[in-house]
Amino acid sequence: MNLHQLLDFAPVFDHLGQILSGFWTTVRLSAATAVFALIIGTAVAGMRVSPIPVLRAAGTLYVNIFRNTPLTLILLFCGLGLRDTLGLWTNADASLSGYWLSVLGLSVYTAAFICESLRAGINTVPLGQAEAARSIGLTFNQSLRLVVLPQAFRSVIAPLGSVLIAMIKNTSVALVAGSVEAAAVMKQMFDDVGGTIPVFLGFAIGYMILTLPTGYFFGWLAKRMAVSR
Amino acid sequence: MTDSGKVAQEAGVSGGGPLVVLENVNKYFGELHVLKDIDLTIHRGEVVVVIGPSGGGKSTLCRAINRLEPIDDGTIRIDGQPLPEDGKELAQLRADVGMVFQSFNLFAHKTILQNVTLGPTKVKKVGAADAEQHAMELLERVGIASQAEKYPAQLSGGQQQRAAIARALAMRPKVMLFDEPTSALDPEMIKEVLDVMTNLAAEGMTMVVVTHEMGFARASANKVVFMADGQIIEENTPEEFFTNARSDRAKDFLSKILTH
Ligand SMILES: Nc1ncnc2c1ncn2[C@@H]1O[C@H](COP(=O)(O)OP(=O)(O)OP(=O)(O)O)[C@@H](O)[C@H]1O
Ligand SMILES: [Mg+2]
Repeated sequence: MNLHQLLDFAPVFDHLGQILSGFWTTVRLSAATAVFALIIGTAVAGMRVSPIPVLRAAGTLYVNIFRNTPLTLILLFCGLGLRDTLGLWTNADASLSGYWLSVLGLSVYTAAFICESLRAGINTVPLGQAEAARSIGLTFNQSLRLVVLPQAFRSVIAPLGSVLIAMIKNTSVALVAGSVEAAAVMKQMFDDVGGTIPVFLGFAIGYMILTLPTGYFFGWLAKRMAVSR
Repeated sequence: MTDSGKVAQEAGVSGGGPLVVLENVNKYFGELHVLKDIDLTIHRGEVVVVIGPSGGGKSTLCRAINRLEPIDDGTIRIDGQPLPEDGKELAQLRADVGMVFQSFNLFAHKTILQNVTLGPTKVKKVGAADAEQHAMELLERVGIASQAEKYPAQLSGGQQQRAAIARALAMRPKVMLFDEPTSALDPEMIKEVLDVMTNLAAEGMTMVVVTHEMGFARASANKVVFMADGQIIEENTPEEFFTNARSDRAKDFLSKILTH
């Protein structure tokens, strides 16, 4: 392979359709994962600050398991373990089951990080406000939902943005669970046309187009939503 | 007439039967015995001022009455009902006991109006329009109706504390607990909060007030409770207590706060 070939942009443009469809899958994976990870992460954070010891222990166990297991392992478990060995979702169309198994793996993994960010946010809410909430007759769940979490979320918008950016990049591991997202397309192109600089550049730029605006959006949101004390 | 007889008579003058009754209450923080065999009865319409040296257990007493602090031994009854352990019944009971904190503790992400309407709408399921109307009446009463749309951080300490009083009153509580409501305030703001409390007392609200404001105690209290080392050392009328305290602990304490 000579230098001319290494810098040849033609393959990128020839495969543009495939690349765009790969990134479209990346976007769909990221969007669904963001929603589920936020829901699971919030629920686990609620468990970790709950007055009920069993829930607290379960929340801690969840975070310790999923934060300390490599994402590749979790996604492989979803793809090989759940689908191929346990036979879940085998009758579904392969790309669809790959998609949802990837969302599952990415969500449970990302939720652990969202939980920990949120817990840091909960610690910034003065204890007195939670006591005031209870003293007017709100239950623990109400005071968490109406008083503590809204402020906790606002104080951790910027770090949550970082967690979500990491998650978008982490979708590039989803190919191991059978998702044909951007990184899977890239790997295919390496096999077809070789690992040339334009192919690398093309995909790096593709990810940045997704992650940079996400970062700016969360920075802007953090400023806008700040609670003054 | 004995002093306790006089106290009982005073309470009788100001209204009804027992509303908050503590019997043999004990509370420990680990090894530390912070409430020791507390017996205290607060009658309907009565204003009780709790006074005493720092660390004596005054805050803990207040917090035990709405179970922000669980007690280890004894019983606390409110309107005849023992305090529930936890869950929905406890939340319902807390709605009957208003609490005002030294540090206001307003909800920072909600406007003053929203602070006041949150309890009625979420706990008592009052409609939004009714809750707002009542909230505006209360804010009018404490003199901050014009601040309704602002956030807590935009208000002075005195205004925040009056908002916190309105928030507690919005639940139409049977009794109000105040834990040093003016000690975080600048001197010029203390009066505006004490005025609100004085009016509340005059309207017949049952109140337990931890404070060292002797002017308020003399003007509004039916009874002064002196607490030290987790015990109630003395219960007396304000007049008797401030001019003629019986115990040495109380005399000693009064000489310290009166000389500066
Ligand atoms: N959460 C807690 N954990 C451990 N000890 C505590 C706790 N809260 C209070 N204490 C201790 O219990 C004792 C009584 O405290 P409390 O706050 O009731 O006193 P106080 O009379 O309100 O004092 P102050 O006038 O300073 O407010 C103190 O010795 C205090 O250090
Ligand atoms: Mg105190």
